[in-house]
Amino acid sequence: MFEKFKIRAEAVGSEVHRFKNRTEALDFITRFLKKEGVSDAPKSYALWADSPFLNGVDRKSMEADIPGLKFDITRQLAADSHVGISEMSYALTDTGSLVADQSAIEDRLVSTLPVIHVAIISTDNILDGKAAVFKKINPGNSGFIAFITGPSRTADIERVLTIGVHGPKRLVIIFVDDMGGSK
Amino acid sequence: MKKKFKDSIFTAVNNPILTGALGKFSEAYKINRAKAYEGIDFEALRQNIADRKAYAATHLDALAAAFKINAEAKGAKVFKANSAEEAVDYILKVAKDNNVKTVVKSKSMASEEIHLNKHLEDMGVSVRETDLGEWIIQLAGQKPSHMVMPAIHMTKEEVSDLFSKEIDERLSNDIPQLVEVARNELRSKFLEADMGISGGNLAVAETGSIVLVSNEGNARMVTMLPKIHIALVGIEKFVEKFEDVIPILTALPRSATAQLLTSYVSIITGATPNTDGTMKDLHIVLMDNKRTEMANDAKFAQAMQCIRCGSCLNVCPIFRLVGGHVFGSTYTGGIGTILTAWFEQLQNSEDIQGLCIQCGNCKEICPGKLDIPEMILEIRRRLVVDKGQSIAQKAIFSVVNNRKMFHAMLRTASIGSKPFTKGNYIRHLPFFLSDLTEGRSLPAIAAVPFRDEFKKIKQPKCSEKIAFYSGCLIDFAYPKMGIDLVKILNRAGYEVVYPQDQTCCGAPARYNGAYEVAANNAVDNIKALLREDVKYVVSACPTCTVALNHEFIGTFESLGQTEHMEDAKKLAAKTIDFSVLAKMLVDEGRIKLKEGQKLGKVTYHDSCHLKRTLKVSEQPREVLIRAGYEIEEMFECDMCCGMGGSYSMKQSQILKIPELQ
Ligand code: SF4
Repeated sequence: MFEKFKIRAEAVGSEVHRFKNRTEALDFITRFLKKEGVSDAPKSYALWADSPFLNGVDRKSMEADIPGLKFDITRQLAADSHVGISEMSYALTDTGSLVADQSAIEDRLVSTLPVIHVAIISTDNILDGKAAVFKKINPGNSGFIAFITGPSRTADIERVLTIGVHGPKRLVIIFVDDMGGSK
Repeated sequence: MKKKFKDSIFTAVNNPILTGALGKFSEAYKINRAKAYEGIDFEALRQNIADRKAYAATHLDALAAAFKINAEAKGAKVFKANSAEEAVDYILKVAKDNNVKTVVKSKSMASEEIHLNKHLEDMGVSVRETDLGEWIIQLAGQKPSHMVMPAIHMTKEEVSDLFSKEIDERLSNDIPQLVEVARNELRSKFLEADMGISGGNLAVAETGSIVLVSNEGNARMVTMLPKIHIALVGIEKFVEKFEDVIPILTALPRSATAQLLTSYVSIITGATPNTDGTMKDLHIVLMDNKRTEMANDAKFAQAMQCIRCGSCLNVCPIFRLVGGHVFGSTYTGGIGTILTAWFEQLQNSEDIQGLCIQCGNCKEICPGKLDIPEMILEIRRRLVVDKGQSIAQKAIFSVVNNRKMFHAMLRTASIGSKPFTKGNYIRHLPFFLSDLTEGRSLPAIAAVPFRDEFKKIKQPKCSEKIAFYSGCLIDFAYPKMGIDLVKILNRAGYEVVYPQDQTCCGAPARYNGAYEVAANNAVDNIKALLREDVKYVVSACPTCTVALNHEFIGTFESLGQTEHMEDAKKLAAKTIDFSVLAKMLVDEGRIKLKEGQKLGKVTYHDSCHLKRTLKVSEQPREVLIRAGYEIEEMFECDMCCGMGGSYSMKQSQILKIPELQ
């Protein structure tokens, strides 16, 4: 399932990583944010929307370790951030898509406004397609269901595919095999 | 044809940028689309979509009521606008009541349909399109030329000029840089806007949800950042159940842009939180604007099954040459012609409907299973009923309905080496034949028509007979084909009869909406061809074969004529295309071909009617191979050749383009 998803997702320009557990994933994210030059200045923030993955994570010490990383999200900060991190609920192998209930405004802000969207997802939640995920999602209790498939793109000028229009220019997907106590 | 319309065609086909871009795109599109559909049973998928959409179209009121209850239970305000005016008034009122100064829009064809931007701007509201293509169009002060790719007709140089002016800085022609400019410019607009306006790709009655499909991320911004969101949704977007979304989401991106899924799909149900913690002021405007009327028309109800993928434009040989602006309306291409006739008025489709050459490409790929060519013919028929025919056409068709006179005209046309001099009355008469001689390397009218040549042929006596229907083209332009056909059938042991009373197959009249004329042609031919008891009626002109096989019946049905129906069916059952017959005779061993012949390479060009209506493409190739030819397939072997049957009569500007010849 994972390999299938990876092929599809990479075909639409997503970057796909997989880690055994939360500690490894956190490690990677820390390194990633530092490498991307996240700092405590406009245009360089990293915003992390609350999600089960963060349960038990020491946010204060992470913020201290990575200046510019913030867990309190506002519209202005989102507009000024370089990286946004959120958790997604399902991955679909047939189209390489991620799916989540994004009714929470923080989830939408961090996955729309920043240049890079880092999406965390449990490896257990890979499904094979729309039919399967439609059984799991319910508009009756999710006001905003989002499907995200790769970074934002356009071909509106001379049909030339260009990545990164209004939404993120990069989509970095992080699979975690063992979500530990976060689920 | 109005002069303005003629001029716009001329401008379009002589615009190398436009024809180049559209040509390149439609070539790539076919390949990419096929790839995107790999592993999917397209026929089953589109039947599924057609069924679900057809259900919605016959339950519009119930679905609207359910949608309203379900969406309002989740905090949305739902307004049913019967007309364009009602939709505009409602939206303007919401803007006014909330003191809206700035609006950001994501793509909405429905808003184009009601000229919403202009109404808002007249009220002093600044409106910004945010879909890149739409923004380009807005800056250029134009209309979208394609429903999925609004700016497909513009070059990067033109875009660079527009953007340079907008940001007051000289930009290069580098596309990624231009996209970056759009990102930066529009970002502040999203953040500042008081109101966001979107369309909706689907409206789900059972949940009150709207579904938005986009690639750029602007729809997410438009629905998230401003505190007011208005979704303007045509009621053709209804589906009943949430699960109905699945097949449409499967087909829409594949058909529209050959993607497996667009970057973003958003399913919005009711009000969601704003960035400041308040709840969104969500208004959903369900717009009818003649859609119910269309759904209630037996011939056009199927148009409600359209999912607005735009693929009918992408495969249209005419669209690829003239682009969208020739259509002069919001909706372009084949489906646009139909929607214009309904949402605006029948008369507005008068010029554009004439662009359709009935090639059938769109019908094959439409995920909503619409028969666009048939609906366009119906528009033609109604226009003729409404307005009558033009004097020139009337003259032509009165001649066509009088076989003796018609054939006398054609004979006259052959006299002299330059029969069709300009300004000569007769040049306008034998409809498609007149234009054949103009700007094309086709032979003029033959000195002796086949009907006369036939009398000179000595045939062996055979026990079985086949009637030959020559059609005007073989009769008067290519008699040699008819002579060869007789020889071949004689070799297979058939005697050929040629009923001299046969006449024009009626396709030209039918394709021009003159159904009465076509019906008269049909009756004459049925009588002539059924007079003698023959095994088959063979035709070597696919357009005629289609007429004999399908259209006589269709014409009678449309006119409610039953008198000759049974005979029409009898004739249809006997009619056979020559290449199919030839293949059969070779298989049966009635025609013997020398083994091991090496006759060299040929290529085969499929005829629109033979391939798509009669579904014949293998037989002619097999016969050629069996005879000893090697077939080397040409690029786009089934692309329209430019004959367009009787199309030539009205749109010679398009057909004279080298690409089509
Ligand atoms: S008519 Fe068919 S092909 Fe054309 S836009 Fe509608 S669904 Fe697509």
